[in-house]
This record gives sequence, structure tokens and C-alpha cells, in this order.
Amino acid sequence: MGPISTRLLALESRRGWATVMVFAVLALVVVPVLNLAVPPGSAFHLPTFWVATLGKYLAFAILALSLDLIWGYAGILSLGHGAFFGLGGYAMGMYMMRQIGERGVYGNPELPDFMVFLNWDTLPWYWFGFDQFWFAALMVLAVPGLLAFVFGWFAFRSRITGVYFSIISQAMVFAFMLAFFRNEMGFGGNNGLTDFKDILGFDLSRDTTKVGLYIATAASLLLVYFVCRAVVTSKMGRLLIAVRDAESRVRFLGYSVTNAKLFVFTLSAMLAGLAGALYVPQVGIINPGEFAPAKSIEIAIWVAVGGRGTLFGAILGAFAVNGARTYFTGAAPEIWLFFLGALFILVTLAMPRGIVGVYQSIRSGQFKDAIGRRLQRVDA
Amino acid sequence: MSMPDLDPRHDAPGAGVTESILYLEGVSVSFDGFKALNSLNLIIRRGEMRAIIGPNGAGKTTMMDVVTGRTRPDTGRVLFAADTNLTHLDETAIANLGIGRKFQKPTVFESLTVFENIYLALKTNRSVTETLFARIRGEQRDRIDQTLETTRLGARREDLAGDLSHGQKQWLEIGMLLAQEPELMLLDEPVAGMSDAETEQTVALLMEIAKDHSLVVVEHDMEFVRNLECMVTVLHEGSVIAEGPMDSVQSDPRVIEVYLGR
Repeated sequence: MGPISTRLLALESRRGWATVMVFAVLALVVVPVLNLAVPPGSAFHLPTFWVATLGKYLAFAILALSLDLIWGYAGILSLGHGAFFGLGGYAMGMYMMRQIGERGVYGNPELPDFMVFLNWDTLPWYWFGFDQFWFAALMVLAVPGLLAFVFGWFAFRSRITGVYFSIISQAMVFAFMLAFFRNEMGFGGNNGLTDFKDILGFDLSRDTTKVGLYIATAASLLLVYFVCRAVVTSKMGRLLIAVRDAESRVRFLGYSVTNAKLFVFTLSAMLAGLAGALYVPQVGIINPGEFAPAKSIEIAIWVAVGGRGTLFGAILGAFAVNGARTYFTGAAPEIWLFFLGALFILVTLAMPRGIVGVYQSIRSGQFKDAIGRRLQRVDA
Repeated sequence: MSMPDLDPRHDAPGAGVTESILYLEGVSVSFDGFKALNSLNLIIRRGEMRAIIGPNGAGKTTMMDVVTGRTRPDTGRVLFAADTNLTHLDETAIANLGIGRKFQKPTVFESLTVFENIYLALKTNRSVTETLFARIRGEQRDRIDQTLETTRLGARREDLAGDLSHGQKQWLEIGMLLAQEPELMLLDEPVAGMSDAETEQTVALLMEIAKDHSLVVVEHDMEFVRNLECMVTVLHEGSVIAEGPMDSVQSDPRVIEVYLGR
């Protein structure tokens, strides 16, 4: 680590920039070219299914980054981040529902099918504006941000930290799941929002739209990564680490811990909302299942597997775990959950700093020692 | 402002609310019926160094908690610089008024470098936006280097604070306090766990700091307190039982009974 000024001036080291550029070129150029420019018969052609799958992983990577920002740096373990992801997804879903218009089963130009089915005759007030993309895009950030601000204000002001915060954040996402399951909420109940036709006038069933969504997600990931880098390399980033290490010391220095946490928690929720909004058009559905507590816990597993407090690790973890899921649900679906559980135990015991930590200790030649010591401790 | 009616033992020359940097009157705190502070009266004059001693459970740390906003007193007044009531302010607000505190157990930011620890402590605008967009300035860098020199940590500048020895962590925390530029510094056992040589250096450091700060030092180490050559206040069961120079305090029969004689 160099002196603070060089770290403040440069977001990345030279090696860091090189790595980011390689990933950017791979994701933004190589993948689309292999899909669109290489003919389907060629061995190098990348099927659209895989582009869409990668696009999903990229959205999960944004979600993982958002959690790493608060957990890895400020020590706030949210086990309810699925709430912000889900709300961002619902906001985007509401826009796409309104785009269906008369093409719905009931052909009602104003009301989505599920409302017609429930015999509603007018659009609820909170659906107004969602026919406009700009409004929905604003809500994608504003709704999760506002929720995080209010929730965080109560929690951080009362100095709820550690496992207590994790538990109430989990309770929050569970409450959202129960609420969104109810038809009266006006978000499609159990079935959620689906049967989307197009986004910004582009037909969602077309391959080019899918590749376009993939590119938008990859570009967003790059942007979110740099936003997070800017935060963690700023003086604020150091303050967040200080809060993680010794919260009361920070207070006695004259900083408001509540405000610092509120800032990063709200930012994180907005990024999670963005991830949800990019995810939903790619999978074509959003339902209350996204609010399932287990899904929120899984985000923490991605970050832990990749290595928390590194940003890069969160992206790696999201890809590694979701890649494994795609493989297992195809090859041996019944052992996927066992694998996930075993992975969590293994990471906690043998590699608490995740993939990135293992890589770093291999580079510095301490890997064997560290593993040996840790296993000894487990034996004892 | 009228002179309050105080315990006569407090009538040190010039001691009154107007000259005080810290003024505690009738402060009581109880935890589940246990009286940690029992209508405590204490006046620290501006520019003074004061040592506070007393057996375990005498209320020394609770007194600091009350002054710094961690604990709300049940009754009593706590005035800073004769005019600001501290009893309704939180830790952050009190720190920004100019009161710095060192904890009993050295508390530094272990995953940050020594330099970064001091950087965060520097007196500056501490709002979220300022902190987010702050760029380190030349004079701040000079100030950090100066603080590191004072605390003899210049050579460890870029090391992680977690890698420092126990004594060095104590010094780093004192350095962070200095960087805050407080008017009043409260030090809770600054030489706990230090070697004799380190203790000696700390005495010299505190004497230096005392030249332009008001200082309250809570300590168990009697030799250390004697070397500070300052007024000593003895606490017992949450109130003051003796006050004066070390020699007179040490010969006070009550003090001998509750503390020194054991």
C-alpha cells in the first residue's frame, strides 16, 4: 500500500487497470461478437442462451458488489438485500407490464391482466407514471434508496449492529415476501409480474434485444464497480473501515457513525435496485420468490466465497457460485443445496478471505502454511 | 454567573466555574442500583493537568463516560468551558466541541495504516459529503508528519496499526487525540501495559502536551502519577475523597485506608 495521496489519485493500480480492461473487453466486445458476428454453425459461436445466462450473472455481480460495499468495508451484514434487489426488479417489471397494453390476454389497454382478473377497474395510484421509462428508472433507484434510508435511520440511530442488524434485515425481507404474496397489494401476488413483451420498444423475444440487455448489464457492472472503487478509495472508504474496526472510536473522533452508515447503506440499496432492474427483463419474470430469506443469505455466500472487502472478490464469487448452480441444476439438481452448504462451511473454515484471499496468499507463498495452521486449529 | 456552593475541598486557588474547562457538579450515575458516581463534584481549570486515581470501581471510567457523552448522568451538571452543558449531547457532538478521549484498552483502526489513522483524526469538517470528496492537503500532510514525530511513530508511518506493539498503539491513540486538536484531553490509563522505558517516554510526552492542553489522566500506576507532578484527585465509591499534590494525598488517612494502605 502506497501513501494515501497516490491511493486517492488513482482508483486502480496498473495491474488493476489491466485486469479491469481485460474483463471489459471480454464482456463488452468478445462475448457479443462471438454471438452476433460468428455464424451459428461455427465452433466459436456463443449461443444466445449463454449470453443471457452471463447477463444474469452480471446482474448478480452488481448485487454482490452492493453487499460487499457495506459488509466488506463498513461491517454491516445485511441479510435482507434481496428486498432492494426485488424492489428494483418490481419497478422495472411495472414499466414492462404497462408496455404490454392491449396485447394482454384481456386486451385492457390500461390494466395489467392480473388486475382485470381481480375485477379491478382502475389502476392503483402507485402504478401511475410507470408507463414512462424515465419514471420507472428513477423509481428503480429511489424506492430501494428510500427504504434503506428509513430502515437504516431507525437501525443505525438505535445503534443496532452485528448479528442483531442481520436478523432484523432478514425479518424485513421476509415481511416483503409475505406482503407481495398478497393479491391486494397490487403487484400480481404469487405469480408476480410476467409475460413482458418489450422494453423501450425492443421486442424481448429477439436475440438482439437479449444481447443488448446483456451489454447494458455489463456496462452497468463496470460503472458500479468504479462507483464502489471511488467510495472505498476515498477518505469515506477509510472511515467505513474505521467504523468496521472500532465504531465507538470513530464517534469519539467526532464523526457521525449513523450518517456514514446511512450513506453507504442507501447507496448500496440503490445499486442492488439497479441489479434487480437489469435482472428482470433478462429472466422475464419478477415474483415474491426474490424476497425469500434464503436468496438474501445466498448473496452473502457469493461475497464470502469471492472474498469480502475486495470488490473484485464479490464479482468473482457471484460468477463462481452461480456458475456452479447452473452446472449442478443441469447435472445433478438434487445435490445443489448440499454443495452450497458444504461450500459455505469450507469457505468459513479454510478460506475466510475467499478466492481473492487464497490467490493473495499463493502469490506471497503463505498459502500452505495458512491452510495447515487452520486445519490444525479445526482438529484441536 | 453566580459561584456555586461547592464542597470546600475544591477551593483550590482560582477554581470556579468561570475559569474551568470542565465542571462537574453533583453528578450521580447508577447502574441497577449500584452507584457508580455519587454526587461527584470536580473542577478542572483551563490549562491544568490533573491525575485521577482510585481503586477499581471508584468511578473513574464512568466519570469519563459521562463527560464524553457515552453515559447520561441521572442527576447533576457537566459544563465544558464554563458554558456548554454536555449532559444532553452525544459523543460526536462532544468530540467536535473539543474534548478528546483515549480509551483504557488502546483503540485504533487496525486495518488502516498509522498514517491513515492520524489522517482520519485530523481536525476538519467531518460531514459525509466533505469526507466523501476530501483530498489530502499539504498542510494536513505536514501536520500528520509532525504528530507522528511527536509520538515517535514516524518509522511505522505506512505500517498497519494492527501490527504495532501494545505501547505503540497507546501512542498512536494519543497521536490521534493530538490530531483532533482538542482543548481538553481525557486519557484512561495511558501507560497500561507499557515497559518502564515507554512509561518514561509517555511522561515526557504528556508533560509536552500539557503545555497547551487541559489534561485529565486516569491511572493506576502511582509512580507514573507522581512523575506527572500535577494535582491528584482520589475517587472512592463515586465521589472525591481527597485532592491536592501527590504527597499530601498520599498521607491523607482516608486515602491510605481505602486505597494506598491495602
